[in-house]
Amino acid sequence: MAQGFPRSAPPRLLQSAAFRIALLFMGTFSAAAWLLVAVLWWATAGALDRQTIAAIRTDAAALAERHREEGLHGLIEAIEERLALDAAAETLYLLLDDEGIKLAGNLERWPTAIGEEGLWFRTRFDQDGVISEARVHRRDLPGLRLLVGRDESERVQLRLLLTEGVAWSLGGMFLFALLGANIVRRSLQNRMRPAVVTALGIAGGDLSRRVPLSDHGDEFDRLASTMNDMLDRIAALMAGVRSVSDAIAHDLRTPIARARGKLEESLATARTEEDWRAAVEQGIQDLDNISRVFQALLRIAEAEAGARRAAFAPMDLPEVLRDAAEFYEVMAEARDQRLETALPEHLVMVGDRDLLLQAVANLLDNAIKFTPPGGVVRLAARQEEGGIEVAVSDTGPGLPPEERARATDRFFRADASRNTPGSGLGLSLVRAVAQLHGGEVLLADARPGVAPPGLRVSLRLSDSLG
Amino acid sequence: MRILLVEDDVEVARFVKKGLQEAGHTVEQAGNGRDGLFLAASEAFDLLVLDRMLPGGVDGVRIVETLRQQDNRTPVLFLSALSGVDERVRGLKAGGDDYLVKPFAFAELLARCEALGRRPSSEAPVTRLKVADLELDLLSRTVTRAGKKIDVQPREFRLLEHLMRHAGQVVTRTMLLEKVWDYHFDPQTNVIDVHVSRLRQKLDRGFDKPLIHTVRNAGYMIRAEG
Repeated sequence: MAQGFPRSAPPRLLQSAAFRIALLFMGTFSAAAWLLVAVLWWATAGALDRQTIAAIRTDAAALAERHREEGLHGLIEAIEERLALDAAAETLYLLLDDEGIKLAGNLERWPTAIGEEGLWFRTRFDQDGVISEARVHRRDLPGLRLLVGRDESERVQLRLLLTEGVAWSLGGMFLFALLGANIVRRSLQNRMRPAVVTALGIAGGDLSRRVPLSDHGDEFDRLASTMNDMLDRIAALMAGVRSVSDAIAHDLRTPIARARGKLEESLATARTEEDWRAAVEQGIQDLDNISRVFQALLRIAEAEAGARRAAFAPMDLPEVLRDAAEFYEVMAEARDQRLETALPEHLVMVGDRDLLLQAVANLLDNAIKFTPPGGVVRLAARQEEGGIEVAVSDTGPGLPPEERARATDRFFRADASRNTPGSGLGLSLVRAVAQLHGGEVLLADARPGVAPPGLRVSLRLSDSLG
Repeated sequence: MRILLVEDDVEVARFVKKGLQEAGHTVEQAGNGRDGLFLAASEAFDLLVLDRMLPGGVDGVRIVETLRQQDNRTPVLFLSALSGVDERVRGLKAGGDDYLVKPFAFAELLARCEALGRRPSSEAPVTRLKVADLELDLLSRTVTRAGKKIDVQPREFRLLEHLMRHAGQVVTRTMLLEKVWDYHFDPQTNVIDVHVSRLRQKLDRGFDKPLIHTVRNAGYMIRAEG
């Protein structure tokens, strides 16, 4: 695995998905914080502003009213009253006449505007050596110019404080978010590390590795256990492939060696053309047998690997079984046996017709082969709780219990059957087909206590495969 | 018949070609898919025998698909080492008419070729089949020999029908399994022989001329004279 190594190193900060997720979270979080600050700003500093403007407006209106009612004199008086009452020295007034001569107020001269133009503006002025900021409203009266304003120094101070606070807290938040992102990233990486390490081990060839599960039962454990299931499945497939190659190595080499030996021998000893012909024909027959065994092995492997699930389709099982029974009935008759069936009208299931047919054919073939003339072979199927049972029973010699367990092994031949034709693959195909259909194969005496006991092979199939 | 064989294995191609020529057919051969497709599209053949896996970027399935798109209905027999049922289905779905898995007996290939090549060209439905004095009525599903009615079971009827549709041709055991029983596996016993011999008994009882003949190393044939 040449690419294995660079991929195995943990991702750098910005490549890390966990970090990016945390960063995203941080982004949304900051946006929310900004919104909060904006609302707060509008509600505090903004409210003060609006309050000041309202106060100035009322004050100016009241002064204009006074001027209209009592003339210039009343106005000057009112201004002086107000200044006298203002202990905090927050109010600012200036009343000038047409020539720009000051008539009343606590400002010495007309201030320079630094903010808005027009009737409202901000200004800076020197009050007892302290520079203050103010908001000022200009009101023109007949022959007079009036300025009403409020010292805003405290508000400016407050705004500064508020800005500073917001800046600090946003900065702090950013730091925390960064830290948090890193922590999230680290913990995600820690939770994922076992899976990564296991996958690396597997990629390196050690198929026995499994992802350790924590007791959290969270998404990561779910992922880990799914991964483990997948690995189990792969291991089973690999074992299947290995056992097929073992079977090929052990059991196909023998017939090949035998055929080769025979051909070689006839090459050395055959004298007449008839001998030659017989040897060649024998050779072809041997080759045919070998390719038949090969075909059977491939089919078993195919079924065991579950690759044929694709051929699964709904079908009515009794129909398939009746076909098989009819097909083998002539065989049974030829051997003076009876083939009985006990099949329900309908039994709908999802499965691979071809393989099921072959499995049942193998069972019937076996039963007919091993049952003596005059015997009975029975094919039955029925719906059971949680599945369907297909059983073939016979009145043959049966199989001793110690041989039953090995009966479904590849190439197993019971001692008593060594001289009967066959490859010893029939039952292993049956088992593979049963497993493909979520079931199993069970062997039992067909007639317990009676001699001969006969054999009953039952194929249990799950009917809930979708 | 004029047969096009597309097969890349030199040895297999040689012996198939030789065998088909000895059986009286004219054989053209291509060693890769592209040449095969070119020949099949530009000349008229009675039958194509195609390997599935071919060099030249065009495999057997592609050849058939292309031909069928051009409305070329020449019968196609696939010859392939791909034996899985899904592979067979793929081949047949693409437009193939028959599928033979390697390794194969030449007799099997020849029987299948002849069965494909001499299919009735007219689409008119046949209602009666006749070989010598044996008659098969597909409508009433009755079998008579020399005017005498013979009782056969439904499956025996289909078996006989298949043999009679290919009267004078070899029909192998595997072909009967596939066409009459729709079985795509080797039952490893001589069940087919038992079925045929039962049918033969019913047909030949009381007559001195047998109609169903066993062809050694190949299968069966129904024909008038023995």
